[in-house]
Amino acid sequence: MDKVKQKDLILYSGLIILGLAAPFLFPGFKVQLTILCVLIVLAMTWNLQGGEMGYNTFGNILFYGLGMYLTASVQVGMFFPLAEWTESGGEKTFVHTTSQYFQGMGVGLLVAALVPTIIAGAIGYAILGLRGHYFAICTLGLGIAAGEIAGGIEIIGAGQGFTTPPFPKDIVDPGARGDFFYFLSFVLLIGTFVFIKWIYGSRFKLILNAIRDNEDKAEAMGIQTMKYKIVGWMVSAFFAGLAGGIMGGLIGYIDSTDVAFDGREMGVFMVLMAILGGKGTLWGPVIGATLFHFLKEGFWTLILGWQYVALGVLIVVIVIYFPEGLMGWLREKYPERFGEVIDEKDRKAQVELK
Amino acid sequence: MDFLIFKAPILMVQASLDGILLGILFALIAYGMALQWGVMNIINIAQGDLVILGGYIAYTMYLAGIHPAWGVIVSPIIMFFVGWALYKLVINKVVDRDLFISILATFGIAIIFQQLMNFIFGADVVVAQSEYGTTMLFDNSVTLPNSKIFSAVVSILYAVALVIYMKKSRLGRAIRATAQNARAAKILGVDTEKVYAATFGINAALCGIAGALIAITLTLHPYVGLPYTVRSFMIVIVAGLGNLPAVAISGMGLGLFEEFADYILGTEFRIGAVFMLLVFILVYRRFKLSKKREYLK
Repeated sequence: MDKVKQKDLILYSGLIILGLAAPFLFPGFKVQLTILCVLIVLAMTWNLQGGEMGYNTFGNILFYGLGMYLTASVQVGMFFPLAEWTESGGEKTFVHTTSQYFQGMGVGLLVAALVPTIIAGAIGYAILGLRGHYFAICTLGLGIAAGEIAGGIEIIGAGQGFTTPPFPKDIVDPGARGDFFYFLSFVLLIGTFVFIKWIYGSRFKLILNAIRDNEDKAEAMGIQTMKYKIVGWMVSAFFAGLAGGIMGGLIGYIDSTDVAFDGREMGVFMVLMAILGGKGTLWGPVIGATLFHFLKEGFWTLILGWQYVALGVLIVVIVIYFPEGLMGWLREKYPERFGEVIDEKDRKAQVELK
Repeated sequence: MDFLIFKAPILMVQASLDGILLGILFALIAYGMALQWGVMNIINIAQGDLVILGGYIAYTMYLAGIHPAWGVIVSPIIMFFVGWALYKLVINKVVDRDLFISILATFGIAIIFQQLMNFIFGADVVVAQSEYGTTMLFDNSVTLPNSKIFSAVVSILYAVALVIYMKKSRLGRAIRATAQNARAAKILGVDTEKVYAATFGINAALCGIAGALIAITLTLHPYVGLPYTVRSFMIVIVAGLGNLPAVAISGMGLGLFEEFADYILGTEFRIGAVFMLLVFILVYRRFKLSKKREYLK
């Protein structure tokens, strides 16, 4: 047992060192690395619903977009009138000082974490009572409705979009902006990973699995499934909101349907990443997100213009041929590595049957 | 209430007529959805994109100088084969699987379709002019484009024809048998694989008709497919599978809702209202069902 722990320790410290060193090793890819961190966070939180709880949601994009709008709105609204800011397209009339920028960002991220969590809790009872595909379609509708409605609200820029405050000009170091957002997202990633790893070792995860495997039976066993489903969704909302807030600051511009409530891209990406890596595993979403990010960047630059076709084909192929994902495939191939004991006789009998 | 629609009640007549005529069109798409959902147990997110593709076929004919109304005959024929090919390529691999897999896979197809249509037909909003003129009612205060009346009539004709076909023909009976019990139908000699392919083809053909009608009555754009999917999904869950009169009525209800939402909330919230209605319907349904479950206790 000690040996395993030592191995884990080496793995985790290695990854953290790699993460800390990454922006200095690849200074040209800071933005990509930041996006990677955010993608991993989104995939891991999606996995909590889709993988562990068996509730395949398209709706986590709702919290992501909300977090994005909230962070930017708070960051602006704390110091300047929000309506005038969005009307003037930002930057020209009002300038954040350095301390205002970071203060606003901090409070904004706090709001972006809390409000989606509260909303998830509030609508959870109504939405999470739906089962299976009704839940999937309902959450898809929620995400798109949010985008359409946000696109009609004047104070947050309506259809023209919302320019988030630019990084303070007082900081002369040109790499500072990239470093700031990278480390912010890296901290979020570590926080998410630690939290979800803790969940994986807890009773909570077993309850989520019980809900996935047979909700009615779980209920019959005396588990108040609704309570746990809502808590699980709130956890996802918390981290997705934070991820959205960081992405909003990084991109610098929020559009209602193309950036914030982007069900066509980000909303599908998170599902796809988790499935690609293998849902229902701790490392699956991490690996899936990393692999997906590489694939996506490859598509986006190599076959510019055809990227959505490639993305669509990728979705179809993954969903049809690899629904268990990379981890699922590995698990089938090397069950011993995953701590599954397979009776040798049983295996031989299986082979003979074939 | 300072909404325009309450100040000028004649607008209500306008909205109602528009809504009902539009709703008939929605019902046609929903009928296709109900058909494939009932028979194959898959939810097709690409439904709306099939509609838009059908519309672009009519639009292409319009560009070529043929009257776009002929699209209601040509488009379903082409779309039937598109649907058949789609079934052979992708859908046959998701039929017996989890519903979520079919949702995701068809989502992927929807993305491919959108992008390909964007390449071929451009990202502009287009419309095929039918030049049918408009009918004026009530002292010219209500305008009714004749193309909308045409589309409603064509939809009803096709729906009736399909119902008769499903009742009388051999294939129709095979489809209904498969919907009732696929395994039993197979045992009794129905080639279910062929039935599935035909069902998906018929669904795509229905989408093609609806698309051609949308091309002359409304507008086309490569990325407006999803609202049509959601509308048909909504109609189907309200009406139930295989209940055609209910599909027609709830289609008209949805059309009315949309037109009134358009007047009251504003056009920019129209699609948002549709999606919110979807959420409300699902949640309402959930509470109704959970009440039923409590009685069982």
